[in-house]
Amino acid sequence: MGKYILKRIGYMILTLFIIATATFFLMKLMPGSPYANQAKMTTEQIKIMDQQYGLNKPIVQQYWIYMIGLLHGDFGTSFQFNNQPVSYLIASRIGPSMQIGLQAIILGTGLGILLGAIAAIRKNTWVDTVATFFAIIGRSIPNFVFAVILQFFLAFKLGLFPIALWDGFSSSILPTIALAMAPLATTARFMRTEMVDVLNSDYIELARAKGNSPWQTVAKHALRNSLIPVVTIIGPMAVDLMVGSMVVENIFSIPGIGEQFVKSITTNDYPTIMGLTILYSTMLVVVILIVDILYGLIDPRIRLSGSEAQN
Amino acid sequence: MTDHSGKIQIKPASFKPVAAANVDEQEKISAPSLTFVQDALRRLRKNRAATVSLWLLLIIIMISVVSIWWTPSNPNAQNVAYANLPPKIGQGIPGFSGQANVGGRIVDKYAQAKVPKGTYFILGTDYLGRDLFSRLMKGVALSLLIGMLATLFDLVIGVPYGLISGWHGGRTDTIMQRIIEIISSIPNLVIVILMLLLFTPGLGSIVMAMGLTGWITMARLVRAETLTLKSQEYVLAARTLGESPIKIAIKHLIPNLSSTIIIQTMFSIPTAIFFEAFLSFIGIGIPAPNASLGTLLADGQKTFRFLPYQMWYPAAVISIIMIAFNLLADGLRDAFDPKTQE
Repeated sequence: MGKYILKRIGYMILTLFIIATATFFLMKLMPGSPYANQAKMTTEQIKIMDQQYGLNKPIVQQYWIYMIGLLHGDFGTSFQFNNQPVSYLIASRIGPSMQIGLQAIILGTGLGILLGAIAAIRKNTWVDTVATFFAIIGRSIPNFVFAVILQFFLAFKLGLFPIALWDGFSSSILPTIALAMAPLATTARFMRTEMVDVLNSDYIELARAKGNSPWQTVAKHALRNSLIPVVTIIGPMAVDLMVGSMVVENIFSIPGIGEQFVKSITTNDYPTIMGLTILYSTMLVVVILIVDILYGLIDPRIRLSGSEAQN
Repeated sequence: MTDHSGKIQIKPASFKPVAAANVDEQEKISAPSLTFVQDALRRLRKNRAATVSLWLLLIIIMISVVSIWWTPSNPNAQNVAYANLPPKIGQGIPGFSGQANVGGRIVDKYAQAKVPKGTYFILGTDYLGRDLFSRLMKGVALSLLIGMLATLFDLVIGVPYGLISGWHGGRTDTIMQRIIEIISSIPNLVIVILMLLLFTPGLGSIVMAMGLTGWITMARLVRAETLTLKSQEYVLAARTLGESPIKIAIKHLIPNLSSTIIIQTMFSIPTAIFFEAFLSFIGIGIPAPNASLGTLLADGQKTFRFLPYQMWYPAAVISIIMIAFNLLADGLRDAFDPKTQE
């Protein structure tokens, strides 16, 4: 297990290195100027600006400086947002994103597990049909459509929540629900399939034969065993959440990193785009690694075959 | 043969011995034998949700094919005099009468804008006076085009990549899988956004980004299946007889992979449609003035307090398309792989 984890961490670092390198050179190739009014600037002014941001050095040297900076947690300085260091921009904006993301994943997986389990236990009844219907709706309708619908009915028509404002817990409810729909649907669907499998297995029959009530059997035996594979979908779900956060944060005007990312793209703010790209990738790679390790720890049967499959 | 209580009475006379000469006839299979695809289609037809989705999608596809040559009016033509007209199909049809509630009074917007009699905008107009129905038609056509291209990438890149990786195994496989791992550990959207920055935003760069990332899942599935198929006896036999790998792939592997391939393409279509709409919604997808479901929804969202109809129709259309594709994909999966259906 130790060797497996070390190997995975090695690949993770390699991946991140490639991503950082690719992002750096892509940014250098990009059209458009980082300065807002380059047409109005004299060559002299551009030279001074280039010097200030280190853009006059050879590309290889710029790359070296950037990589060394990354190791120290320095993502460079934003071209657009008041010349703030990118790391500061990220640090001041990651709070709201994290809050909404965590709330969404807890709400989504929690309700999803519940919905999926109930659907499996009441298989082929109207409960199952309703649950499956909700799962398909949740999976199909894009999160920005959900966000807009929630905003229209709950915030605008009924006035229960602020429309687009970041001020305390009540303003985080609608974005959380909008983001939670996809994880909810995915979890419910996965949970149902797993639970149906588990409920058909011999040990469940044994548990029933021992005289456990149906609910005891489900709570003590079925639920635990069906939860194991559900762990694997947390990785892809985290990605969906990151992507979703960009648009949901925009719709509800939340000062998070998703909103920042979109803003940076529309303003050609290279250092911020690079910093956020690397941040997103790191979060993703780490989440996937943690999920893989957790999976091996939870279910020892998978550990061996899992590490073999890696080779 | 039932008595008054409804119970079945079986007497020795109920049984008739079969003539021994009829054995051959008994062994005959009376039902027509079905091929794999026929069997799958039969199962698909039984799935009501999938059938309805299929018909719905066929209608949508037909409408968008029509939109290539004909739309009720030019989708990009601006006419500020006719801006923000509500939907109108005819007089007195609720929701489609061309009237709007302005400050508590019902006003005929069409009369106010001096629209000539007989000119109707079925879904109204936007803030530049462009016909929303025509724009919606164009937007749907674009979404379907994106979906088609996603399928193309799945088939042209994903399938061969998976086949080669799985067939060769060893070092080739390791390297190819490592490449996939690296590509897939960059969030898909980040790649798309980097592509959009590198090339000018528009259909081309979205397609480019899809070409880089869209086929990954397909490649993975095909590789996994190839690994198991590779050691099947019939493949071994073909290899022993000296068949070339390309012929084995075409004659033995791809037919056996067909259900996986069909199902996966059906799932990548809605994913691609979602991505285009998403990018256009946040403003880095299809550039103005062209219509996409994402831009239509984003434009509608800006004014939803006063002109909610501009938001509802694009939202409804994209939701319907996504649900229909997902239901159809689910149906196809159950039809091609009955084992997954409990």
